[in-house]
Amino acid sequence: MATAVKRKTIYEEQREQGVTRREFLKVATAITMALGLKLKMVPTVVHAMETRPRLPVIWMDFQSCSGPTESFIRSYQPNMQKVLFDMIALEYNGALMAGSGTAAEEHILKIMNEYPGEYILAAEGSLPLLPGALTIAGRPAEETFREVAAKAKAVVAMGSCATWGGIPAAKPNPTLAKAVTDFVPPGVPFIRIPGCPPIGEVMTNTLAHIVIFGTLPEVDELARPKAYYRHRLHDKCQRRPFFDAGLYAETFNDEGARQGYCLYKLGCRGPTTYNACAELRWNGGLSWPIQSGHPCIGCAAPNFWDEAPFYARVVQLPGTQTTINPERVGAVMTGAVAAGIAVHAAATVITKGRITKKKTDVKAQEDIEIGQ
Amino acid sequence: MADERVVVDPITRIEGHLRIEAEVKDKTIQKAYSSGTAVRGIELIVRDRDPRDLWAYTQRICGVCTSVHALASVRAVEDALGIRIPHNAHLIRAIMDATVIIHDHVVHFYHLHSMDWVDVLAAADADPNEAARIAQSYSRWPKSTAGYFKDVQDKIKKLVESGQLGIFATGYWGHPAYKLPPEVNLIMVAHYLEALDWQKEIVRIHTIFGGRNPHPNYVVGGVPWPIDPNMDNALNTSRLTEVDRQIDMALEFVDQVYLPDVLTLAKYYRDWTFGGGLKNYLAYGDFSPTSIYDVDSYRFPRGAVLDFNLNEVHDVDPRDLAQVQEFVDHSWYTYDGKPGGIGKHPWEGETTIAYEGPKTFETLNVEGKYSWVKSPRWMEKPMEVGPLARLIVGYAKKNDRIREAVDRSLREIGVDITWMHSAIGRTLGRAIDASLIAHFAREDMDQLFANIRSGNLATFDNSQWDPKTWPKEAKGVGWAEVPRGALGHWVIVKDGKVERFQAVVPTTWNASPRDHNNNIGAYEASLIGAPLEDPVRPVEILRIVHSFDPCMACAVHLTDLADQRQYEVFLDM
Repeated sequence: MATAVKRKTIYEEQREQGVTRREFLKVATAITMALGLKLKMVPTVVHAMETRPRLPVIWMDFQSCSGPTESFIRSYQPNMQKVLFDMIALEYNGALMAGSGTAAEEHILKIMNEYPGEYILAAEGSLPLLPGALTIAGRPAEETFREVAAKAKAVVAMGSCATWGGIPAAKPNPTLAKAVTDFVPPGVPFIRIPGCPPIGEVMTNTLAHIVIFGTLPEVDELARPKAYYRHRLHDKCQRRPFFDAGLYAETFNDEGARQGYCLYKLGCRGPTTYNACAELRWNGGLSWPIQSGHPCIGCAAPNFWDEAPFYARVVQLPGTQTTINPERVGAVMTGAVAAGIAVHAAATVITKGRITKKKTDVKAQEDIEIGQ
Repeated sequence: MADERVVVDPITRIEGHLRIEAEVKDKTIQKAYSSGTAVRGIELIVRDRDPRDLWAYTQRICGVCTSVHALASVRAVEDALGIRIPHNAHLIRAIMDATVIIHDHVVHFYHLHSMDWVDVLAAADADPNEAARIAQSYSRWPKSTAGYFKDVQDKIKKLVESGQLGIFATGYWGHPAYKLPPEVNLIMVAHYLEALDWQKEIVRIHTIFGGRNPHPNYVVGGVPWPIDPNMDNALNTSRLTEVDRQIDMALEFVDQVYLPDVLTLAKYYRDWTFGGGLKNYLAYGDFSPTSIYDVDSYRFPRGAVLDFNLNEVHDVDPRDLAQVQEFVDHSWYTYDGKPGGIGKHPWEGETTIAYEGPKTFETLNVEGKYSWVKSPRWMEKPMEVGPLARLIVGYAKKNDRIREAVDRSLREIGVDITWMHSAIGRTLGRAIDASLIAHFAREDMDQLFANIRSGNLATFDNSQWDPKTWPKEAKGVGWAEVPRGALGHWVIVKDGKVERFQAVVPTTWNASPRDHNNNIGAYEASLIGAPLEDPVRPVEILRIVHSFDPCMACAVHLTDLADQRQYEVFLDM
């Protein structure tokens, strides 16, 4: 069996590439800031980069649209050259790896044997239970996933299909699709990075956290990194003051839309969606869906595909109330749309330490309105 | 010598899950079989949804050519409901389509395809001074200095020495099919890295207009964000100038890096003319300066060319039930409870899953059903779609801009139009396509500024947003030319809901298995006669299949709707 070769640390590699100590420290400082850490953490980051080789990553795609891979390569900070050549060793990825067929199959086994318990398995797409619905190299994908996951340091589920089942699992779930996290062997930790797709920087910096600190990031009750999924979009939204003031866009080209008023009446799922869009924004912090005039469709939320129609204002807001509690609105929306999927509401309840659900908040289905 | 069965699965550097099996004799491919090995069922999932939501579901058919299915779906629903969007919305959507095409083509060439022609590790042997001289001889791109190429070369050397090659670990380096001198390999590797940085920029056009990329937002009736140069949170000047900047950067990158690189590559591989295939080309056409319904104004014309006969272009009508049809004789579906024998137009389409393969297998049973991809046919003929098809149809229609762009490239290589019928010709066609479309985007952006200057700010038509205004039943079709070719979405809206939806996608055309008449699909045809030096290092197969830019998640959209009652009952058990 092959044994692990002596691997160089990130620092050693950078030095050999002609990077000076001074430049190296600058990079370490930038990464520290990108991770949202205080400056006093710079020495920790420097130490990590001096002592750790590139993290081996096997990235498998299943019932996926490749949206997570595409979003991953859009990451600004760290950018892809940094990620691929300084931070991780992307040993397997259907979109980027050079070899196919036999070469690819043999290489995945080689990495599993060389780095048992050291590599990260990133997975995108759901796994179907319908026979034949997904084979790779003539085998059910689910079998391969279990084998590769069993020897991983951790599984990182990239995107809403891998984390919750996503669109393949939406009604009527024709291929009996499930989240990959349902197939992770006992004892192997996993992280969920939901979003359809997730923000590129959320994926790269989750890996950066593992590389630099050698630990998995802190996660919430649903295994999502707290650094990116701690708050609802509504809590950070630039249109929030208009919500509080009761000022809404009623359609896509009215005065309210031009003024940048709240999109709640157009169906916005910001009040029930936990994600980093309002904080990090997209594609280098340029904009995000709500800023660019479209209501959030809740793509990081469990089961969001079956909480449509997306333009339906699900809750009747009290017309003059300007300080409505968004938590209450969230509970109502979740309950009204799919009582069985009250995951968000449940998460809210746990977070707040409350133990009873307010069933009186649940509105009947007929209260659903189509946005004008 | 008996034929040897060569299996390549997974095919990497594509979107999704593709398997190729080939029968090889005397190092030459005799027959080939193309199989999509994954299915999701999106056509079934969208059933009974709000038609205004349809784009969001269908957009998830693919995250690589992200947004194109959203575009086809909003066009299909607007067609069904009789909605005519404002001119500004048409221009913004066209710029967004151009954005994804240019992005996709560049990423395809450098990151998915180049390693079929470029020996990455051989770049370590290059002389950086000579590389700079060569690069400057064919492009004025200002970065092409010896120091720049030396840095890239050092990067590759260090990567090799680290023992962790990452994405380059499994390459077929040193294979005799690689023909480039070390310096040209180095130039291509340098631009692989540069394109990796650049590709995250151009998509910012989607971030402005659609809030993010991948998967920007669309809306039936127009575009979501209002234009108002005097508002702080609208499509104001600062937003539009970012789009403007990105279009200029795209023009520079395509015309100074991408197209010159592909032309250089084509000269070295000019005599490797394998990979042609069907000789039948189909384009729905697109990129009107005015409206999708103004077909005569398309900058990429509509039509079909058969057997490479450039003297005749056949009319194409996506609404004609006899023209576009899908067959399932060798796909894991049934029609009306039968294994096949007939074709169905998408408005009458059906997708009933009928997997009959084993749980695990060494080789496919290619006499029976062997793919999740259906077989679309035009007038019962297999067709190739894509950038090359767009150019061939435009060339045959004597479109001046297309003829000029194609002829200029062919002159430089020293070949004629028939040479385009090859894997390398297809790859060059994609680069010419990107250049033309970057210029279209420039024109559309100028027109958008002109509209705003003249006081036209309209971006959305509200008149049929309310379902009460909709007919009880209506059917529509939305077509678009997208990175991999002609895309069509067909929808039937009934009682305010999606009654039936079918997508016939570019890769479905190209990756299709055999049909009811045993006509092979475009991938299968293109592999016949190609050499295969080493079955476990199938560079030639990858080179040809990648020249189509496979997108398997697109190809296998899947399951049906209207006739799936029985299946649903099964699911409920």
